[in-house]
Amino acid sequence: MATGRGLPPWVDYGLLPLINLALAFLVSGLVVLLVGENPLEAVRLLIFGAFGFGEAIGYTLFYTTDFIFTGLAVAIAFHAGLFNIGGEGQAALGGLGAALAALTLGHLHPLIAVPGVIAGAALFGGLWGFIPGWLQAKRGSHTVITTIMLNFVAASIMTYMLVNVIIKPGQSAPETVTLPEQVWMPQFHALLARLGLDIGRSPWNVSFLIALLCCLLVWLYVWKSRPGYELRVVGRSEGAALYAGIRSDRHIVVVMTLAGALAGLMALNEVLGSQHRLVLGFTSGYGFVGIAVALMGRNHPLGVVLAALLFGALYQGGAELAFDMPSLSRDMIVVIQGLVILFAGALEHMFRPALARIFAAA
Amino acid sequence: MRPPAVELRGITKRFGPVVANDGVDLVVEAGTIHGIVGENGAGKSTLMNILYGFYQPDAGRILVDGRPLRIRSPHDAIAAGIGMVHQHFMLVPPMTVLENLLLGVEGGFTLARGTARARREIERIERDYGLEVDLDARVQDLPVGIQQRVEILKALFRGAHILVLDEPTGVLTPQEADHLFRILGNFREQGRTVLFISHKLGEIMAVTDRVSVMRGGRMVAHLETARTTIEELAELMVGRKVLLRVERGAARPREPVLEVHHLEVRDDRGIPRVRDVSFAVRAGEIVGIAGVAGNGQSELIEAIAGMRRPSRGEVRLRGWPVADAGRAREHGLGHVPEDRLRSGLVRSLPAWENAVLGYQRWPQYQLRGFMRRRFLLGLCREWMQRYDVRPIDPGLEAGRFSGGNQQKLVLARELEHDPDFLLVGQPTRGVDIGAIEFIHRRLFTLRDAGKAILLVSVELDEVLSLSDRILVMFDGRIMGEIRAEEADERQIGLMMAGIRPEAA
Repeated sequence: MATGRGLPPWVDYGLLPLINLALAFLVSGLVVLLVGENPLEAVRLLIFGAFGFGEAIGYTLFYTTDFIFTGLAVAIAFHAGLFNIGGEGQAALGGLGAALAALTLGHLHPLIAVPGVIAGAALFGGLWGFIPGWLQAKRGSHTVITTIMLNFVAASIMTYMLVNVIIKPGQSAPETVTLPEQVWMPQFHALLARLGLDIGRSPWNVSFLIALLCCLLVWLYVWKSRPGYELRVVGRSEGAALYAGIRSDRHIVVVMTLAGALAGLMALNEVLGSQHRLVLGFTSGYGFVGIAVALMGRNHPLGVVLAALLFGALYQGGAELAFDMPSLSRDMIVVIQGLVILFAGALEHMFRPALARIFAAA
Repeated sequence: MRPPAVELRGITKRFGPVVANDGVDLVVEAGTIHGIVGENGAGKSTLMNILYGFYQPDAGRILVDGRPLRIRSPHDAIAAGIGMVHQHFMLVPPMTVLENLLLGVEGGFTLARGTARARREIERIERDYGLEVDLDARVQDLPVGIQQRVEILKALFRGAHILVLDEPTGVLTPQEADHLFRILGNFREQGRTVLFISHKLGEIMAVTDRVSVMRGGRMVAHLETARTTIEELAELMVGRKVLLRVERGAARPREPVLEVHHLEVRDDRGIPRVRDVSFAVRAGEIVGIAGVAGNGQSELIEAIAGMRRPSRGEVRLRGWPVADAGRAREHGLGHVPEDRLRSGLVRSLPAWENAVLGYQRWPQYQLRGFMRRRFLLGLCREWMQRYDVRPIDPGLEAGRFSGGNQQKLVLARELEHDPDFLLVGQPTRGVDIGAIEFIHRRLFTLRDAGKAILLVSVELDEVLSLSDRILVMFDGRIMGEIRAEEADERQIGLMMAGIRPEAA
C-alpha cells in the first residue's frame, strides 16, 4: 500500500537538500547577526572565498578531493548496512602506507614507485577496514563500535611511528623527511603552467582525478556488478541474503576493506599531493566529515561528489571568511559547518512529511 | 430500539493516487456479529484503521451508538468503547498476563492498588464470557490461542462494547477457533457488538448475523448471512465466478526427490524446534505439512532450504546434501518462502532485481561480472505478463506491489527457474481469491509435470485441497501421516493440538 513516502525524484534529490541547506544558512545567518556582523556580507565573502578566484577554486577542489575519498568510504559500507565511522583512522593508516612505500620504493622507476605508493595507501587503509569487517562478519562486533575504537588505535600507531620510527632525524616535530619528488601527485597549477595557463597556486592535484575515478568504480561495483547486487541485498535484507544463498560475511569483509582503502587514498591528496611528507594529524578530522558527506550525498557517488564540493567550499570559503571578518573566529566557521551537517545530515528527513503532503495533494 | 453500534457514512480515504476507501457506508447493529469480507487490498484494513483512529478519513462521518464522533487516535476509539484485536498481537512477551492488561491503565504511580482492583475486575470479565486465562502466566509461555484471549480481555478491560477482530483465526487450530466463536456468541448475548474481518468465508457463514462485502475500496453488498451462500460471497468479492476448489487428477508419484533423515533443527536461542523428523517427497506428488503456526514449520523450511544448519540429521536433494541456499538451488530447489517480505523479496530493490534473487550467479544473467540489466528487465516483464503481476513495471520497487502481486512475482521467479523440488511456505498468505485459484492451478501443473512439491501452510483448508499426503506437525515432531482421500478435519485438528491418532 502506498504510504505517501514516495516523492518525485527531483524533490527527493534536489528540492529537499536545497531546503535543508537554505535552513542551515538561515540559522547560520542568525549566528552571524548575533556576533554583530552582516550575514549577507558574510555569505558573499564565503562564496567569493570559495569560488571567486583561481587559488580559491583550487583550494576548494583540493578539500573536495579529501571529502570525496572519505565520503565514498562511508557510502560504500552503507550499502552493506554498515556504518563506517573509521574513515579518520583508515585515512591515517593510508598516509602511513603511502609514506612507507614512498620511503622504500620512491627511488625506483616511476612506473613502480607511483603505483607502489598508491597501493601502499590503499593497502594500509584497507587493512584498517578489514579488521572491523572481519570482526563484524565472524564475531558480530558492531562496526560502529570497532571503527570508532580503531580510530584511537590508529592515532596511537601514527604517534608511535612518527615519534620513534620514521621521524626526520635531528628534529622534534613528528614528521618524516620530504618524500621523493617523483612520487608526488602533480599539482594542476604546475601542469597547466606548462601549457601557459595561470590558475593561481593551490595544492589541487591529480588525486582529484583519482577520486572521480573511484566514484565511477564504486558506482559500477555497487549498482552494476553481480557482487554489488549481492552487497545491496545484504545491506537491505539479511533474511533475503540468507534466502538467496549470499554469503553476507564475505561481502561485509570485502566492503569494509574497500571502504578502508578508499579512505586510505585520501593520503594521496594530503601527503603526496600537498604536504609531501607525513605529518602527525594530517587527517584533520576529514574522516569524520566523510560521514556527513555520505549522508548528504545519499550514499551515491554523484551525491558524494556534490556534497564533497559543498563541504570543500565551506572549508575554503570559511577560512577566507574568518580572515576577512576577524570577529567571526575560526570556531564560528566550525559552527556554520556543524549547522550544515545538522540540517542536511542529521535532520535530513525533517521536511519530508510536509513535502510529501504537499506533493500528495498536488 | 438501540441505535446502530457503528455507522459509517461516505468514508473516503486516499493514499496518493490510490483510493483505499471510496464512499464507504456501513451500519453495524448493536448486539450483532457483523462480518466484513473482501480480497486483500479491498480496503478492509484501512476502514478498520480509520474506525480505530490510526488514519483520518478524507471525507465521511463516523457515528458510534448514534452519536457523531471524531476519532483522532486509538485513544479516542478506546474512550468510545471500541476495542481492536489485531492480527499480530500487541503483547509484551516476557510480562505476565496481568501486567500486559495493565499497560497504559496502571492507575497510579505505585502498582499495588491498581493491580488488586484490576485483578478482581478481570476475573469478573473472565467469568462472564468464558475467557479463562491464568493472569500470572507469562505471555511468552502461552499458546497463540490463549494470547489472543489476552488481547480480547485487554479490549474488554478497557471497556470495549464494540470489538473489532482482524483475521482472528489465522493462528488458531480448528478447535481453538470454535472456542473463539463460542466466546463471540457470549458477547452477542450480553448485547455487545462484534466486527469480524476475515477472508475465510466458511467462518463468516458460521458466526456472523450480517455480512458486508468490500471490493476495490467500495462496499458492494450488505447481506443477511442466513440468506446468502459461500458461492455468492466469493463472487461478490472477486467480481466474477470463482472456482473454490481446483479440479485435480490423481498423483503418480515416482522416485524420491527430497529426503529428510532424523532432522533436528535448533532456533537462534539453541532450543530444538524440529525434533527427529524424517520423511520423503517424491517426484509427481504434493506433500502438505499442517500445523498451528510456531510448531517448528519455519525451522523445518529453513533447514530444507539451506538457510539454517541442522544440529542433527540431514536433508538430501536428489541425493545431494543441502549445505547452503545457493548450492541447493543448483541442485534443483525452488523456494517460495513463508514470509516473502522478510526473505523472499528485497522491498527497496526494483522488481527486475528481485526477479533473480537467489539465482544471481547463474551465468545467463551476467556478462563479465556485470548484471545484464536490459536482458533482465525484458525477462522480468515477460514473467510479469505470464503471471499477471500488476502493474507490469519491472523498474518499480518490490515493496510497492500489493501482497498478492508480490507473491506472484516470487512464484514467477521460483517456477520459471524450473525446479525439481519446490518448497512452498504459506503459498497464498495475503493473496486474494482470484490469485489463489491461479496459484493452486500452477502447483498442480507442476506436480503433473513430475516435480516434487512440499507445501507448508497454517491454512488447513489449503493443505487439504492441495496435498496428496498430509503430515501433521506439533511441537517439532511429525504426529502422523494421512492420505488426502482419508483426511478428516477433526482428526487433523486433534493432531495439530498434539494428540496422536491412536490416543484420539
